[in-house]
Amino acid sequence: MTSASRALAVAARLRELGIVVALALVVLVTTLLAPAFLHLDNLSQILLSVSLVAIVAAGETIVVLTRNVDLSVGSMVGLVAFVTGDLLKQHAVGLPEAILAGCLLGLALGGLNGLIVTVGRVPAIVATLGTLNVYRGLDFFVAGGKEVSAYDLPRSYLGIATSTAAGIPALIIAAAVIAAVVAFVLRSTRPGRALYAIGSNPPAAETVGIPSQRLVFAAFAASGLLCGAAGVLWGSRFGTVNAFAANGLELEVIAAVVVGGVNIFGGSGTVFGAMLGAVLLGTIDNALTLLRLSQFWLQAIDGAVILLAVGADASIRGAVQRALRVRGRR
Amino acid sequence: MSLVLRRWETLLAVLLALFVALGTALSPYFLDTQNFSDLADDLMEKAIMALPLALVIIAGEIDLSVESMLGLSSALLGLSFGLGLPLWAGIPLVLLVGALGGLLNGLLVTWARLPSLVVTLGTLALYRGLAYVVLGPRAVSHWPAAFNAFGFGDVPGTLVPWPLLVFALLAIVFAFVLHRTWIGRQLYATGKSQEAARFAGVRVARLKTALFVLSGTLSALAGVILTARLASARADNGQGFVLDVVTAVLLGGVNIFGGEGTIAGVVLAVFVIGVLRNALTLADVAPDAQSTAIGALLIVSVAGPNVVGRIRAAWRNREVLT
Repeated sequence: MTSASRALAVAARLRELGIVVALALVVLVTTLLAPAFLHLDNLSQILLSVSLVAIVAAGETIVVLTRNVDLSVGSMVGLVAFVTGDLLKQHAVGLPEAILAGCLLGLALGGLNGLIVTVGRVPAIVATLGTLNVYRGLDFFVAGGKEVSAYDLPRSYLGIATSTAAGIPALIIAAAVIAAVVAFVLRSTRPGRALYAIGSNPPAAETVGIPSQRLVFAAFAASGLLCGAAGVLWGSRFGTVNAFAANGLELEVIAAVVVGGVNIFGGSGTVFGAMLGAVLLGTIDNALTLLRLSQFWLQAIDGAVILLAVGADASIRGAVQRALRVRGRR
Repeated sequence: MSLVLRRWETLLAVLLALFVALGTALSPYFLDTQNFSDLADDLMEKAIMALPLALVIIAGEIDLSVESMLGLSSALLGLSFGLGLPLWAGIPLVLLVGALGGLLNGLLVTWARLPSLVVTLGTLALYRGLAYVVLGPRAVSHWPAAFNAFGFGDVPGTLVPWPLLVFALLAIVFAFVLHRTWIGRQLYATGKSQEAARFAGVRVARLKTALFVLSGTLSALAGVILTARLASARADNGQGFVLDVVTAVLLGGVNIFGGEGTIAGVVLAVFVIGVLRNALTLADVAPDAQSTAIGALLIVSVAGPNVVGRIRAAWRNREVLT
């Protein structure tokens, strides 16, 4: 390992350590003020509420690594949640088919994003701002003011979210498995490493023969697929789905990714970091509720956490660069 | 002739005419002056925020926090008025807070060198949160009649709503500054290449900070106008506006990567979106479903020229080969 890559690896670990320290601080302070916080039920509640955000954030990480962004995730989750719920309500298909249909719909929506970005050459932020509107609008067309309630849904579907394995809720297991798979692909496979290369230096990636366009398309498709999975689970968890489901989820997801240390300009960051970011934000939300702080502070604090996280990122990156320069001079 | 045809603004003008024709075909009331006056009313807050955002994007940055600054401004105006502060003091106060909010964005981008996309995503949450902290879930109504008249009344003797007049004056000033002064040239230079602009003597950091301050201030002004028009100050005022505002700027031909764009294009795009929404409303399409059309318009407007350009390039290559 060269000194440069070692310094970067240390910095990355330092970054994730920073989130862990922040998380520990929140846990410590909250526990001192409200001992109920450390109750197993409450901890599992936090992870439950984080799990759907985490699944979507894993997909968002893939896209952001390639120096793109997917703003349409909230709309994709909402549309898939409604369509899946509606299929089950109409008794049009059985449960496995409905789940498959939801995931495939997510894949198709993500694939369309990918096509617009790669074939249409539309900057990702513009393309997905557009599809955020288009997919949400479609949701309204399909839903037409109706909603799917838990009463309409088969028990087998609602049971997915409430089921447990070895005492751990299925949602948390699903999020952990998805995160592990995405982390493995990004860390240890050729396409995964290529995604980092595309994000850190697009022309160089082209030069060494990486099929950038195809991989960027795949990244958007993967984000769509994970939104599909999250959408299916969304309906199962909340039971009631209307056209507003998951509205604004994109902000929570991007916040988790950014707080988790994934560089918004691509090329660096890990799924593990993004998961930690999601857990940190979810824990802060939960702590505020427990401390009976007004929910109105929630958004303001989320915003401040995002600013602090990027500020920390920038100063760490600056320090690493300075260290490398000193070493280079020697 | 072909130069005029190839201009983005020409295409927008044609689109605008098309949608007006569509609206007229859909409803006999579409061309009614009252309908046009209403249409303008609904648009003006977004239109006023689109002007400074266009400059910010031309200079190579972005400001997503505009809608939250609008909400914070509305909430603060409601709080201060509720506490007995007269409007002649309250309005300058919220404009000042808007300027300070913009200054924070600007300093985080230029001094702390953080990416504006993330900074303003953070302040999008922060300012909306502060709006809720300031006013909570309450709504402040009972405004002076003159204030409400400014929001939804017309300039006496005309059918021009006051907010439209404000927007028109601002648009003229913005167009003049961007297209006819050294400030505008520095903006384009900064957006094309920040490094080159710096070497050419442009004080990039100061310029960008000023743009964010301008964006914050005018977003606060939009908050005052929306409060007057709705006769209600609420923390959630303007939630979701940022999508329409960014869409208007990009549809107006401003390059998301900076360095290109005109005020005329942005103004035309604002009205294209407004007329399209109005026509769809007359066709009984719910506002939320209308966003499909707006989103599709945005994508097609950017992808269309790219795809056409590639086909044309392929065609030219074929001619060269044969």
